[in-house]
Amino acid sequence: MLRGLWRLTWLEIRIFLREPLGVFGTVVAPVLLFLALGRLLGRRVRATDLAAPDVTRDLPVVVAMLVAVSAILSLVAIMAIYREGGILKRLRATPLRPATILTAHVLVKLLFSTITLALMALAGRRFVPAGAGAPWLPFGLAVVFTVACVLSIGFVIASVVPTARFAQPLGALVLYPMLGLSGLFVPIELLPPALRIVAKVLPFTPAVSLLRGVWHGEAWGSHLGDVAVLALVFALSVALASRVFRWE
Amino acid sequence: MDAVIRVRDLRKTYGRTVAVDGVSFDVARGEIFGLIGPNGAGKTTTMECVEGLRAPDGGTIDVLGLDPVRDVRALQERIGVQLQEAQLQKRITVREAVDLWAALYRAPVDGGRLLDQLGLREKQHAWFMTLSGGQKQRLLIALALVNDPEVVFLDELTTGLDPQARRTIWELVRGIRARGKTVFLTTHLMEEAERLCDRVAIIDRGRLVDLGTPADLVRRHCPTATVVIVTEAPGAAAAFAAIPGVTSVAHDGDTHTIRGAAGGLVTEVIRCLAARRIDVRDVRTELPTLEDVFLETTGRAMRD
Repeated sequence: MLRGLWRLTWLEIRIFLREPLGVFGTVVAPVLLFLALGRLLGRRVRATDLAAPDVTRDLPVVVAMLVAVSAILSLVAIMAIYREGGILKRLRATPLRPATILTAHVLVKLLFSTITLALMALAGRRFVPAGAGAPWLPFGLAVVFTVACVLSIGFVIASVVPTARFAQPLGALVLYPMLGLSGLFVPIELLPPALRIVAKVLPFTPAVSLLRGVWHGEAWGSHLGDVAVLALVFALSVALASRVFRWE
Repeated sequence: MDAVIRVRDLRKTYGRTVAVDGVSFDVARGEIFGLIGPNGAGKTTTMECVEGLRAPDGGTIDVLGLDPVRDVRALQERIGVQLQEAQLQKRITVREAVDLWAALYRAPVDGGRLLDQLGLREKQHAWFMTLSGGQKQRLLIALALVNDPEVVFLDELTTGLDPQARRTIWELVRGIRARGKTVFLTTHLMEEAERLCDRVAIIDRGRLVDLGTPADLVRRHCPTATVVIVTEAPGAAAAFAAIPGVTSVAHDGDTHTIRGAAGGLVTEVIRCLAARRIDVRDVRTELPTLEDVFLETTGRAMRD
């Protein structure tokens, strides 16, 4: 069904690695920034000898969501560039399906997001020790699952944005409000009632809820609702994207 | 005629613009068939309907016994396509592109041999963005040949190339025909159509104006040839006017412009020069070309 998927994925990984700025922006810069901030925050935490403030308590969740957002934006941008450059048009005349092309790019984004997050986790442990009991494996799985699901929102945007210049602002316009209302920075209970309803139906909210829960040691079983919503978002996005996908 | 493509009364509109307005033609197995006309005439739209990339609004298309819209999957295995202004990933290498394409089809040809045939072997590790215009076009042709197709579609394949690269591509296209494949191409370059195509269809404003071999079209629409002779011989003008088939003789000083039926004019003029022992400083023939046919049939000159 997805003929050519592995070859295309492997090829896109190599092509991505040939673009030094892309690798720097996706992997190196976030890790360096994280190291710098970690050093600053970590020292302050030690100096004031306080219990870790909120931001460090949820730091892995914040980082995972930010990396997911940047992966979506970069997925949208790359599809727009391919559409604008006539690459999609050329691929259309082959047996490749749109689903294969999108899946290949999602796999590439997922891979590099995972690498970035793993490096950050390693770097972060030096400055903000997570403690021996940190649920790294369940949290890692939750991150991969969540990023894959929210990337599917990127599918839909990537399927329709006509040009690269349009892609970034549109992506940001859709994603940043969702991120703001996700409960990551402001607890949902503190939002005005109308916004609270909006926040409840936005797909980032269950993503944050699942990640935060798993990070603080809760079982997946107590977040089945979040998992179901995310899976539904994924299924709907994939169906919608393959319907509205534009080759040129 | 063993037709591999049959198009009947094809129609395609974009909003209110009629791009293709009732076009019908057949393409025979093993020929190079050219769709010629100015930019915006409907060539690419017609071709993309035949390739199955666009759904027509009316009419029927049959390619190798398949319906391009309904049977697009089966058709893609048997045709090769080079699209106008198509690009590849900037940093994909020549070899990677050929290998990717080969992985997409059931029965691909050997990628290495294909690169040899198209003269791309020494460029196989080069990134797409570093290739010259001619090399890019050759790679795109290579990709159109990866699945060993029966029909190859080439849309404006030499646009923007220098004359040297253009000639190389023409040789490649003749090579495709020599291997028994059918080539369906579009061009707005009359010279290209004249040198390369076995038959051409002239299309203008979405309608088919005429169809035939380049020589047929010239004979049909531009039956007049012109011979220009520069001579100081007295009485030359009168002698030229007496040549059979000559319709007019004009002279400007020593320059005589003789017009007449294209068939035998040049021979008759040479015979006359020999018989009258006329010394000439210069002889020039101006035979009509597809360019003139286009002007004659559509009332406008080919312009980019």
